[in-house]
Amino acid sequence: MGKKIGVFVCHCGTNISATVDVEKVAEEAKKNNPGVAYTTTYKYMCSDPGQKLLRDKIKEEGLDGVVVAACSPKMHEHTFRNAAVKTGLNPYHVEISNLREQCSWVHPDKPTGTEKSIDLVRMMTEKTRKDRSLTPIKVPVTKRALVIGGGIAGIQAALDIADGGHEVIMVEREASIGGHMAQLSETFPTLDCSQCIMTPKMVELAQHDNIKLYTWSEIEAVDGYIGNFDVKIRKKARSVDLDLCTGCSSCWQVCPCKKIKSEFDMGLGNRTAIYIPFPQAIPSKPVIDRENCILFKDARKKNIPPNDSKVCRKCIDACPIAPVKAIDYSQEDEIVTEKVGAIIVATGFKELDDTSMYGEYGGGKYKDVITGLQFERLASASGPTEGMIKRPSDGKEPEIVVFIQCVGSRDPAKGCSYCSKTCCMYTAKHTMLYKHKVHDGHAFVFYIDIRCAGKDYEEFSQRAIEEEGATYLRGRVSRIYKKGDKLVVLGADTLTGSVVEIEADMVVLASAMKAQDDAEKFAQKLSIQYNKDKFFSEMHPKLKPVESSSAAILLAGTCQGPKDIPETVAQAGAAASKVLALLSADELEREPVVAKVDRLPPPVFSTCIGCFYCQRVCPYGAIEEEDIKARDGSVIKTVARVNEGLCQGCGLCAATCRSKSVELAGFNDEQVYAEINSVEFN
Amino acid sequence: MKIKITTKELKSDFAEEVKKRSGIDVKKCYQCGKCTAGCPVAYEMDYMPNQIIRFVQLGLKHEALTSRTIWLCASCITCTTRCPKEVMIAELMDVLREMSLEEGLANPLEKNITTFHEAFLNSVKNHGRISEIGMIQEYKMKRPKTVLQDLLVGPQMLSKGKLSFLPHNIKGKDAIKRIFEKCK
Amino acid sequence: MQIEERKKIGYYPGCAITMGSSSEEYGTSVLRVSEEIGPELEEIHDWNCCGASSAHATNHKLSTALSIRNISLAEQSGYKEILAPCPMCSQRLIISQKDVADDEELKKDVEDAIEMPCDGDVKIINYLELIKNYCMDEIAEKKKKAPKDLKIASYYGCLLLRPPKVLKFDDPENPTSMEEIVEATGATSVDWELKTNCCGGGFTLSRTDVVLKLTNDILECAADAGADAIAVACPMCHANLDMRQKKIGKEYKRKYDIPIVYISELIGLALDLGPISLGLNKHFIDTKSVVNAFA
Repeated sequence: MGKKIGVFVCHCGTNISATVDVEKVAEEAKKNNPGVAYTTTYKYMCSDPGQKLLRDKIKEEGLDGVVVAACSPKMHEHTFRNAAVKTGLNPYHVEISNLREQCSWVHPDKPTGTEKSIDLVRMMTEKTRKDRSLTPIKVPVTKRALVIGGGIAGIQAALDIADGGHEVIMVEREASIGGHMAQLSETFPTLDCSQCIMTPKMVELAQHDNIKLYTWSEIEAVDGYIGNFDVKIRKKARSVDLDLCTGCSSCWQVCPCKKIKSEFDMGLGNRTAIYIPFPQAIPSKPVIDRENCILFKDARKKNIPPNDSKVCRKCIDACPIAPVKAIDYSQEDEIVTEKVGAIIVATGFKELDDTSMYGEYGGGKYKDVITGLQFERLASASGPTEGMIKRPSDGKEPEIVVFIQCVGSRDPAKGCSYCSKTCCMYTAKHTMLYKHKVHDGHAFVFYIDIRCAGKDYEEFSQRAIEEEGATYLRGRVSRIYKKGDKLVVLGADTLTGSVVEIEADMVVLASAMKAQDDAEKFAQKLSIQYNKDKFFSEMHPKLKPVESSSAAILLAGTCQGPKDIPETVAQAGAAASKVLALLSADELEREPVVAKVDRLPPPVFSTCIGCFYCQRVCPYGAIEEEDIKARDGSVIKTVARVNEGLCQGCGLCAATCRSKSVELAGFNDEQVYAEINSVEFN
Repeated sequence: MKIKITTKELKSDFAEEVKKRSGIDVKKCYQCGKCTAGCPVAYEMDYMPNQIIRFVQLGLKHEALTSRTIWLCASCITCTTRCPKEVMIAELMDVLREMSLEEGLANPLEKNITTFHEAFLNSVKNHGRISEIGMIQEYKMKRPKTVLQDLLVGPQMLSKGKLSFLPHNIKGKDAIKRIFEKCK
Repeated sequence: MQIEERKKIGYYPGCAITMGSSSEEYGTSVLRVSEEIGPELEEIHDWNCCGASSAHATNHKLSTALSIRNISLAEQSGYKEILAPCPMCSQRLIISQKDVADDEELKKDVEDAIEMPCDGDVKIINYLELIKNYCMDEIAEKKKKAPKDLKIASYYGCLLLRPPKVLKFDDPENPTSMEEIVEATGATSVDWELKTNCCGGGFTLSRTDVVLKLTNDILECAADAGADAIAVACPMCHANLDMRQKKIGKEYKRKYDIPIVYISELIGLALDLGPISLGLNKHFIDTKSVVNAFA
């Protein structure tokens, strides 16, 4: 075909040359192969001189196709393609033949390795003959970002992007931002009061010119692609008009339903039906819990509109706003649409609810066996006991508290094999908080390991033992049962080789950090990948910790996996920086290795038969339906169309298509068959 | 306990042997101690259940097979039920007991227990079913210190008709003897 | 269930509850109750000892062979189900059945030792399962006596529930089958903490000290929970709690007087079957209080 291909075979030090005769490979590449105009070997092709050699030879020999026989394309495909660009050669005429991971590293016998390498090089040479020039795809960018989740991760990310000069939409499904961090009493390793360090950020966010906050709202749908997302947000009916309400608190003070279990207090305290979740809530404007409000219950029972119920109107009567009250029983859910260019997912975690899982610890029936977050609420000054450590059953101060680590974590038998990372630290913290408030109290911790790897963490945990006097016993607990008004804890201390039996007043379970209950559904809504524990997947555990599997959707915080506050804040900043990079360009460039469904002149229009199997197998939701219309607007046929913005070039559609209507640029049928046909099968 | 661990023990194939016989892989055990914590007889044992597993992990065959622990295990299976790594600890005790007997290492301090098993199985071998009187007689003869134990219970049981003097032999008595032979 | 539709279930009493044995009242009451409300039980011909603890604790192959022989006999007689009221027997039969299903070589060795084939299709059920699957309606219909204020602590022991992955019966930490049956007889269940604790089982002769300690914990907990009697479904648990109760009391300095009744005896009393025909006169701890509660 007149192509002049250059073959550059790399020694890779001795990584390739130890088990492959690279000189022979270069020699054979030229034999019986008129298309190959130049061959050479080099010690380290990826080095500066190596790349210079490539550039020089492309120019000198007038090469219009290049095969670099070296390591995996994942390593240096970009390197060599960029080198080609500098010479004016279209980078998609440069192919990598992997002689290392696919050959030299797995075959110890040199003759065998060499034979295989010769085949591999020939395959790539034949493919290169069929290469076509491709140009990167350009898409426009909406310079706004969406942050889903108003916990510390979302708040930090939103502030970073907003300070970077771009508009941020934040969507939080609870009535207030703050997340779980707002529930904590003091935080490790400094014992800073959680609310004290968080509320300034919350206020900054609420007052920031660049941030638009939706609370009591959820994501309804996400459509679109990198730089161009269309997001539908469901503003759930708050029953309160946020523009009119001043947060004066007259309404919730008169609400007669005072015994509803507070979610913020983890069931240990009560709230009213019209309420703000906690005193420092932002926005400081209430929401009506329609499930439990007697007016709404009455309306549902009688099947009448809420406004017609006369059962109770205390809150609306107490509202001082005029002429229109700030409370509106007739308010309904509203769907709004926002356009954004990038999304950060910061939806957080859920604490393990031990009810069905740990029958041996009571299965949830003992009031004085509580979880880590419940203990935080007891210790918290704004909590149900005003910061005093009291037994939920009888309000007495517990003299002996047993803390059990790894409840629901590191427990494959209960379906959760991972470590929740934060519990060793927060348990040490809990012993300290308990001892600070109950000076003569005894704190016992049952542990398997103590994982305190962060900065100042080791010293913090030792302080709990050495200065505060917590006793650490190494062993899991097998059973907790009630004896009188005490809880008998049967544990072990493997260090002395004994069974340990403690009659405790209260037991705190360091419950696992789990993914949210609806994490799977949510991930499917956004088309992002998640792992077996339903935490959202990062693209690479070391090198791409904040990127999700979908372009321009980033991850921050515990929704990606258990972590503490310092890591969360760092990750949020990282995600924000990726967003700022995305939004800094007016156009975004994408690799042109994307699929395309053919389009032909009428009357065929396309060989696609509209079966949409491709749509079913596409993991990125990149296949759309296109109506081919006649001049009068009637639909002739509906065929598949690949959304170039979403397509990640995986090739599943091309492989699945029954009519061979889809091709993957850079890996089209012609190229792949050329590779296969070049191999001599004995 | 005075135990010295050297390369000899650490390189032994005791764990492999146990795995071959029982399918149990002790490498899964991360020594959390939950088995020990829930064991009803641990209070009487010389080594805790998790320590027995540790012996297998580290090749301490002698310590494991001469322990009293393996005999005191009541096979209540609480440990297996609650083990977070799904290690079958109670079933492991079965294998260790069998190996202990094979190598003549059963701890003499628990002779009551090993003798009881002997007497029980002898009764089954001879009759196909347990003859309680026969079994108790053999047990007390071999463990004379227990003769006075339960002295009053026997007559009480007799008076209520809960103890038969004559053993019931099943028809397949000889088939049972052959089973015992084949499973030696 | 109509009498015509009764199906025969293979009955495997085991050494402890067969006639003339130390716990024969369990067997007596099981058969008496089944006469009254079904299902029909037929003793497996020439069954042998399952080997109990002593076999599985010392010789895996022997233990499997002894159990499989009984399953094989049952198969040959065409039973689809085997009832083994003694949980030691039911547990050994189920485990042995699973072991040969999972291990081809073991199956061959066992079939060779017992000189019989075994396909392992028979389902083995315990007594609680039998009542729950076949008799709950019958009890509701034919119940004649309702006890006045009889508080029963249901004691399961180990072998009905563990290992849970193999036995797959009820919740191993908080089971409720026995309580359901107790309530069906009209008695009241008490909530108590140690219902799945071990009684010491087979150590009754060789390490009586261990049995005394473990059974004391159980009796103490049941008594403190206000139980008038303890219901059991295991002859070993019964023996340890009943026969040794006086000795436990002496050892731990607390006088207990808690009748230990088999769940089958309780059902029998509710159906107004004669206490003697149920074996209630054979207990060491007088069962008068329980019998009178139904009068």
